[in-house]
Amino acid sequence: MLLIINGKSRSFEAANLSVAELVQHLELVGKRLAIERNGEIVPRSQFEATQLANGDKLEIVGAVGGG
Amino acid sequence: MSDLLKIADKTYKSRLLVGTGKYKDFTETRAAIDASGAEIITVAIRRTNIGQNAGEPSLLDYLPPEEFTYLPNTAGCYTADDAVRTLRLARELLDGHKLVKLEVLGDPNTLYPNMIETIAAAKTLVKDGFDVMVYCSDDPIIAKQLEEIGCVAVMPLASLIGSGMGILNPWNLQIIIENAKVPVLVDAGVGTASDAAIAMELGCQGILMNTAIAAAGNPVLMAGAMKKAVEAGREAYLAGRMPKKLYSASPSSPTTGLIS
Repeated sequence: MLLIINGKSRSFEAANLSVAELVQHLELVGKRLAIERNGEIVPRSQFEATQLANGDKLEIVGAVGGG
Repeated sequence: MSDLLKIADKTYKSRLLVGTGKYKDFTETRAAIDASGAEIITVAIRRTNIGQNAGEPSLLDYLPPEEFTYLPNTAGCYTADDAVRTLRLARELLDGHKLVKLEVLGDPNTLYPNMIETIAAAKTLVKDGFDVMVYCSDDPIIAKQLEEIGCVAVMPLASLIGSGMGILNPWNLQIIIENAKVPVLVDAGVGTASDAAIAMELGCQGILMNTAIAAAGNPVLMAGAMKKAVEAGREAYLAGRMPKKLYSASPSSPTTGLIS
C-alpha cells in the first residue's frame, strides 16, 4: 500500500493497515500527535477502527517550540 | 490585592505570555520560562519527524501540558483555511483544548498579519467553539470587529514580529484598549524590559513575547527582567501616573523653614 505521509510517499508491505498499525510502523506509539487523513482529522479514539486506503494523504503533527 | 488576568473564564497570575521558539535547547527553554513566571506558553504545530530519532526528546517532555496552559498558534499560516486546519489538529493533539492563538500572515518579509484572512478564520473558529486569542494589526476598527466576532482576547502588534522595535504606535494601542471589552495584549515587537513596561502602563492586560527573551544575550536573565517589567508596568498603570507638567515646577521638599 502506498501512503503519502507528511508530503512524502511511502510504501508498506501490508495490504490492510489501520491508523493504529501505521502509528506502530512509524515508531510513534506513545508520542503526542494528531493525524489528518485526506483533510479530515482522525480522532485518537478512532485509530484502531480507521482503515487506510491506497493513496491516502496523511498529515501527522506534533507540538514544537514557537512564538 | 488580587489582580488577575482573566481570559475566557480562566484566571492567571502572570500577565506575561511567552513563546517557546528560538532557544538553544529545551533546557534553556525551560529555564527561561521558569524565570519569566509565565503560565501561558505558545507552541507551534508542525509535521512530526517520521522514522528519524525516535527517542529524540520533545518540547512536551520539558514543558508538560499539565503544568502550563498551552496556546497553540498558527504561525506560518497564510490563509484562513490553513489556520483553521492547524488549530483543529492542535485541539486533537491537546485533548480538546480550546484556547488558541490565531495569526494569519500576509507577507514573509514583514510577517505582517493579513487581517482579511484573520477575520475569516476567527469567524470559523469561534463558531467551532474555540477560544480565540487573535494576533492583529493595531487598527482600532479591526480590533473592535475581532471582539464582536467573539474573540476572547485581541493582540495587536507593537511592531513587527521578531523586530524588537518596541511600541511604535502607543496612540493606536491606547484607542484599542479604551474601546475593548475583552483583554488587549501586545503580541510582537517588544525588544527589552522598558518596552514591556510601556505597553503595560498604556493599560494592556498582558504581553506575549518570544524573541525578546530567546534572542537576548542571556535569555534566562532577560526572562526575569521581563517578568519584573510587566509587573512594574501593571502596577504603575493601576496606581495612575502623576500628570505630566512641562513648566509648573513643584518641589518635593518644603518651601518654608529654609535657613537664611
